[in-house]
Amino acid sequence: MTGSITNREKFLNQISSQLGRQPITGKVERPVWRFQPQKEVLKNASQDELLTILKDQCLNIHTSLYITDKNNLSAVLKNEIEAYGGSVLAGKDNRFKEWGLDFLLNSEIEFEEWDYTQGRENILRAERAGIGLVVSELTLAESGTIVLYADKDKGRMVSFLPENLIALIPKSSLVPRMTQAAEQMRSEHLKGNQVSSCVQFITGPSNSADIELNLVVGVHGPVRATYIVINDL
Amino acid sequence: MPMKIGSNDFKDRVEEGINDSFMRKAVAGAQERMGSRRQDAADQLGNWEDWRSHGEEIRQHVLEHLDYYLKELSDNIASRGGHVFFAQTPAEANEYIKNVVESKGAKKVVKSKSMVTEEINLNSYLEEAGCEVTETDLGEYILQVDDHDPPSHIVVPALHKNKEQIRDVFTEKLGYQKTEKPEELAAHARAVLRQKFLEADIGITGCNFAVAETGSFCLVTNEGNADLVTALPKTQITVMGMERIVPTFVELEVLVSLLTRSAVGQKLTSYITVLTGPREQNEADGPEEFHLVIVDNGRSNILGSEFQSILQCIRCGACINACPVYRHIGGHSYGSIYSGPIGAVLTPLLGGYEENKELPYASTLCGACTEVCPVKIPLHGLLLKHREQIVEKEGKAPISEKLAMKAFGLGAASPFLYKLGTKMAPTAMNPFVSGNTISKGPGPLKAWTEIREFPAPHKERFRDWFKNREKDGDA
Repeated sequence: MTGSITNREKFLNQISSQLGRQPITGKVERPVWRFQPQKEVLKNASQDELLTILKDQCLNIHTSLYITDKNNLSAVLKNEIEAYGGSVLAGKDNRFKEWGLDFLLNSEIEFEEWDYTQGRENILRAERAGIGLVVSELTLAESGTIVLYADKDKGRMVSFLPENLIALIPKSSLVPRMTQAAEQMRSEHLKGNQVSSCVQFITGPSNSADIELNLVVGVHGPVRATYIVINDL
Repeated sequence: MPMKIGSNDFKDRVEEGINDSFMRKAVAGAQERMGSRRQDAADQLGNWEDWRSHGEEIRQHVLEHLDYYLKELSDNIASRGGHVFFAQTPAEANEYIKNVVESKGAKKVVKSKSMVTEEINLNSYLEEAGCEVTETDLGEYILQVDDHDPPSHIVVPALHKNKEQIRDVFTEKLGYQKTEKPEELAAHARAVLRQKFLEADIGITGCNFAVAETGSFCLVTNEGNADLVTALPKTQITVMGMERIVPTFVELEVLVSLLTRSAVGQKLTSYITVLTGPREQNEADGPEEFHLVIVDNGRSNILGSEFQSILQCIRCGACINACPVYRHIGGHSYGSIYSGPIGAVLTPLLGGYEENKELPYASTLCGACTEVCPVKIPLHGLLLKHREQIVEKEGKAPISEKLAMKAFGLGAASPFLYKLGTKMAPTAMNPFVSGNTISKGPGPLKAWTEIREFPAPHKERFRDWFKNREKDGDA
């Protein structure tokens, strides 16, 4: 369905007339920028180096980090879930099975999947859940940021309403910084794949410094966050 | 609240600010912490000047082609099923938003922090129409609960309040029963606001940057309140100042990096969310309906003028954190939701000289603002241009022409600001008191002489000045 556009012409004509020219009718090409410093950051870093940077950055963003491999992932995740306590909510994601996380799927623990056919019931589930479990699609080493693309099986609120957040991070998802995520999002768009209705860049738990600049961790979103990096994925 | 806050004249507001010793201490502390965090975040990159130049070239290109990019943005939003309304005036924007709200039979609105909605006074418009409007940014919420106390900083709106005052407000208005610990206050707000989010019919946000190529827009927060505002209510309305746009994701990323480092010294804030259109079919959260309201409200008059570069602003507040005058008089003295150097330039442009002619004089023209601006707005140059225009129009300067002269080392000081200096002296001592003794204090007029003898533009790099000033113990 196409949306409406109201009052546009007059509004834009006012702009072009203030700029002292006719409205632009052709295409404006983006200039070749004179400066592109963002491409220099961690330019030649290896995946191992990026992992070290991520590890250090986690200290700044109040986030626990575990590094494991596929074989031990189940044990590490289970431990962390038990430490946090409460039920787990996750998106519907085939990777859990591929990665041998059967304990999630065979009712060993209280585990629910986002199910769009249930509509708003998902929000209530997310409210009740103790832990939101997500898989980072891209991971920005510099800032310690996970990237999530919402879709029908991966609701926006999985990462948000539960009090604790656990993110599984395949090591191969590490990139230097937001620059690479932006480039990837743009190139997908240019290929004709439309961007997700909601792309979340999440860096640790939610926080605020609005009261006397004192940092309070855990305001509207998760109060605690854990990243689990999977070395051989 | 509208852009203009309070009704006292400039001198009264300044006097009030200077006599509020908690506020002055809070502002000084905040400037130091935020200023040095910003500096560290800039230094880490090693080539910050290139970043600033890149930010500048992106913003300049966009402003020169603003009509083109707004057209592209609106086409792309519409093709994703969103509705776009172009509003030249606050009245048009408010009316449209009210109509959307009424058409939904909505009564409960949650908002995430947005300067442009403050500018157009949207909240009181909706409240008059019978809606309950809840601000969900913690700082904004505190101000709202305290009978709509105005913000004093664009990034940390409740900077002028201490935790005891906040506790008292919560106790009186919300039946809060715990202590003044920030964690407990925040936890209480979390619980109250979570319920508001779940009940709300409409979510209203501002817009940090829109992306023309995909019809997306981006929200930058640490609390994550914008994520709830845009995920839970069925209808979402986003209000953007018309200049807050970039061509593609590639430029978006650069400006977000400049914003988070300059505003709070973070590599990225905790939540950066890029939204495009309403929810897709079968998605269970996100808005079913999305409206973008693009606001002019005087901005187009700035285009093509000698003040055009002020529209490069990305609202980071770095200039506020660097300004020695803001440090002394606090945010409310500016009489506008936009305080500090950005406010002193922007408020007269959006609100006219008549009510704001003193603001361009709330500056020593030291150039610290210009030096920290991540998109290279020549802020102190623009303040000077304002002064020239005001003098031309009025035949004389509204405060004292001598002050402007003095700022350039050419003449005697303004009697008005000299008096401010003496008034400031008793409160200016407070930051130096440890226990009951004054360990290191400035002379009675040190605060004032610091302003007067502030280095001329570019003689000393800001970072050096900042470090030296801390050593000297000036408040």
